[in-house]
Amino acid sequence: MIELRNLTVAHRGHPAVHHLSGAFEAGSLTAIVGPNGAGKSSLLGAIAGQLPVAQGDVKVEPGLRRRMAWLPQQALLDRSVPLDVADLVALGAWAHIGSSRALIAALHERVDAALAAVGLAGFQQRLIGELSAGQLQRALFARVLMQDAPVILLDEPFNAIDARTTADLLVVVARWHSEGRTVIAVLHDLEQVRVHFDRALLLARRCIAWGPVAEVLCAEHLLQARRMAECWDETAPVCREVA
Amino acid sequence: MTPYELLIAPFADYGFMRRALVACAALALGSAPVGVLLVLRRMSLVGDAMAHALLPGAALGFVLAGFSLWAMSLGGFVAALAVALAAGWLTRRTAQREDASFTALYLIALAGGVMLVSSHGSSVDLMHVLFGSILAVDDGALLLVAGVASCSLLALAWAYRPLLAECVDPGFLRHVGGPGARVHALLLVLAVANLVAGFQALGTLMAVGLMMLPATAARFWAARVGPQMLAAGLIAMLSGVAGLLISFHGEQASGPAIVLVAGGLYAVSLLVGAREGLVWQALRQHRHRAA
Repeated sequence: MIELRNLTVAHRGHPAVHHLSGAFEAGSLTAIVGPNGAGKSSLLGAIAGQLPVAQGDVKVEPGLRRRMAWLPQQALLDRSVPLDVADLVALGAWAHIGSSRALIAALHERVDAALAAVGLAGFQQRLIGELSAGQLQRALFARVLMQDAPVILLDEPFNAIDARTTADLLVVVARWHSEGRTVIAVLHDLEQVRVHFDRALLLARRCIAWGPVAEVLCAEHLLQARRMAECWDETAPVCREVA
Repeated sequence: MTPYELLIAPFADYGFMRRALVACAALALGSAPVGVLLVLRRMSLVGDAMAHALLPGAALGFVLAGFSLWAMSLGGFVAALAVALAAGWLTRRTAQREDASFTALYLIALAGGVMLVSSHGSSVDLMHVLFGSILAVDDGALLLVAGVASCSLLALAWAYRPLLAECVDPGFLRHVGGPGARVHALLLVLAVANLVAGFQALGTLMAVGLMMLPATAARFWAARVGPQMLAAGLIAMLSGVAGLLISFHGEQASGPAIVLVAGGLYAVSLLVGAREGLVWQALRQHRHRAA
């Protein structure tokens, strides 16, 4: 279980996520939705331990954070580096290979199997700079497969991806869920969330609603989220709220 | 002049040329792969900045101990590393970008170093520090160059995977507990160490040439990082041999001759390099495959 206790994540003194409390149950499949600037990626970054927490905390069992798989947005990847697809995917086995241990035959087989599972069989020797956006996202999903993680965090995984690739990768997400892994994904397509996800967290810097998808994604909540995201005060006073 | 007299005799007949040849080969092996990584990390100009930044340390070593290889090398190493660390610290603590921090600090360091040497030595001394003298490489310098090259290759072999991972996806490396900040620091230390090793032979202003020009040229010959490092090492070695011969026969300063040859090989690579050389690009422009 991942528990958020009065969590606030701030950028330059302004809250991106404000006093958020709740829990992601083990094995749950949750979509984080909300307007642009609602703090979705910041929340995921804080759960992954990549962003500092301004107040409150993210409570996870000891050692779990290191075993989380976190797939940030593609823009953070430098595709000009001439790296093979197989080498990129093999990095997912960092816990086994570390800085300098050799890639044993069994890991090579796992890399091949992971690439086949995302529809990239035969792409081992291609350079990552030669892949389309969809193929690169498939390769990154293969890297997540290699991590064999109990918790998987996906930040806008289907942005600029065609429908076929999205459908294929949603099958992979469903398999992770069926295997009992906790999956948390930041998404924009509400219809996709309604069809493929069990639970949703509607965020507009504060939590608007968190629970079963059908209850969260109602018109009233969505309108409330849009209003909250649009209010911004550069000269807002210091927050005194405790919980 | 026979081919033997042109290519072999200078090395066969003169000990200083043989020493220079070995120094060039070691410098090429050590610094060219480091240059490839700096290019991949978009830090080409940072290498240049660090080469300039080692001047005040080398100058201080010169003022305190005269032309002592170890004093000047140690001073240069500490000064360049201090500038690199300070630039990194400023980048993290202020809104300034890394290249701007490096530029500000290396310009201050360079001016300070030139003032230190010019106020405590002759213009000949200044020229020696700025441009080096590969034909005056002694046993100590040779050991320093070979030692730095050996350590560089071993360190690169050990940290090759995290260095590449840090280039392509630093966030992922940090998340899985990889040594992101440490390999970045290692790369800076290796760059500084190789520049210090090269500065005695080539001078502070030329040392970076043998590191960066072959590395940029190598991209036109090889797609992957390993082969690029090999190509860069070979181009650097070829530059060393050809530069020494031009320097010997044409009675020119060796450092600029070596770097100019490296520049010439870069131009050749740019034009006819097997990967995206300008000539091949022009020839291919109107042709495409059927599928």
